[in-house]
Amino acid sequence: MLLAAYVVYAASTLGFSWSRMAEGMGHGQAFIGRMFPPSYENSEAILRGLKESLEIAVLASFAGILIALPLGLLAARNLMPAAVSWTARAVIALARAFHPVILAIVFVKAIGFGAVAGVMALVVASIGFIGKLFAEAIEEISMKQVEAVRATGASFMNVIAFAVLPQVLPRFIGFATYQFDSNVRNSTMVGIMGAGGIGAPLFVAFQRFEYDAVCAIVLVIIGVVFACELVAGRVKKVFGA
Amino acid sequence: MSEPALRIEGLVKEYRPGVRVLDGITLDIAPRGVTAIIGASGSGKSTLIRCINRLVEPTAGAIWFDGQDVTQMRRGALRATRRRIGMVFQEYNLVERLTVMENLLSGRLGYVSAPKAWLRRFPRADIDRAFALLDEVGLADLAHQRADALSGGQRQRVGIARALMQQPRLLLADEPTSSLDPKTAVEIMDLLHQAAGHHHIPVLVNMHDVELARRFADRIIGLAGGQIMFDDPPAGLADVELKRIYGGESWLH
Repeated sequence: MLLAAYVVYAASTLGFSWSRMAEGMGHGQAFIGRMFPPSYENSEAILRGLKESLEIAVLASFAGILIALPLGLLAARNLMPAAVSWTARAVIALARAFHPVILAIVFVKAIGFGAVAGVMALVVASIGFIGKLFAEAIEEISMKQVEAVRATGASFMNVIAFAVLPQVLPRFIGFATYQFDSNVRNSTMVGIMGAGGIGAPLFVAFQRFEYDAVCAIVLVIIGVVFACELVAGRVKKVFGA
Repeated sequence: MSEPALRIEGLVKEYRPGVRVLDGITLDIAPRGVTAIIGASGSGKSTLIRCINRLVEPTAGAIWFDGQDVTQMRRGALRATRRRIGMVFQEYNLVERLTVMENLLSGRLGYVSAPKAWLRRFPRADIDRAFALLDEVGLADLAHQRADALSGGQRQRVGIARALMQQPRLLLADEPTSSLDPKTAVEIMDLLHQAAGHHHIPVLVNMHDVELARRFADRIIGLAGGQIMFDDPPAGLADVELKRIYGGESWLH
């Protein structure tokens, strides 16, 4: 009841009205009209941007996951002393604190325009996401299996290899493919902040009101994201995640 | 009598200060034979077994094994000692997603370096031993099954084989039959008994089932309130002693 009242209130303060909606629909129609047919005139810039975006996504996923794995392990409270897990959790929380857009802006300011800033932004985002989920996955494992392997006199690293990893591997593959997927999507976006990739030509096309070029880029992005999802799905199936 | 395989002196365990789960246990385990520890739930028998390889940290007392006091060991020495003590668990505690073979080989993890363990590079002798033990416990054709595909009895056989992979000088079994049906429980106890003889390892086993203990143990220790109430061959275990161990008598009839 209270929620419904708030929705009505919020809509009124934000200027929602039937006339505004009708007007907007008209604009939208004109906008979509100008998008078709899509223009692939500048296909060279699109391809270059696309290639850069994919490179950003792959690099960021690889580096991010590589750093997130040990960090997630250190953050797991069931395997680590409190001081260690507390520190690792603080690092992860810091990495998670900002949206990738904000991270991209920060890195562009800090190290300059270009794909390196984009990679750094998505590495940090990946560390935050994978690190947190990986730590939680480890905290949910059966400690009985760990106890049994410990009782054989196995070293810490061997306990990880035989009692911890087998229990979390499928879930971890799931996180990693999901993060790659979302890095592909985010890599198309960081270009808008000047951090490299296909976002840059998209932003330029918008500013020049070249909506047919915008459409072409948007279609390419949809195609790529879809293709990556298929690949990710296949990877998950192979690893039984 | 020859040197005992294990000597426990004045062992005390308090999970909460002042509440003694083990109240000064002193005990020698001979280098041969099956010793059964019986007692009601909460009598401390599981804690006693787990203190020996320090899955539970003792509060006070000494545990002598191979001439060293386990309770005083640092991590490295403790790991080296754990390699020589095999353990079998009530709920098997196999790594579910690994194969039977990998579970057996995990018994050698104390001897294999981390890179080799990660790459599953075990010495030929370990693999041969694993196949021989699978044969011994009657699971020769299940080597490449995943552990979570096995029945309870099969899992416990894998658990025993994993412990024997360590070539232990002492075998601990924490209620190895409590999750099994009566017939399988007898088979598992029989296997433990045979393994003890065949590999010349003393076995220390916790159990609920008094009849099973009578049938397979060479020596029975009755625990109540964290203290030893009875310690004799099974022949000496009569109703009088059972009353002292478990309390009450109506359940006996």
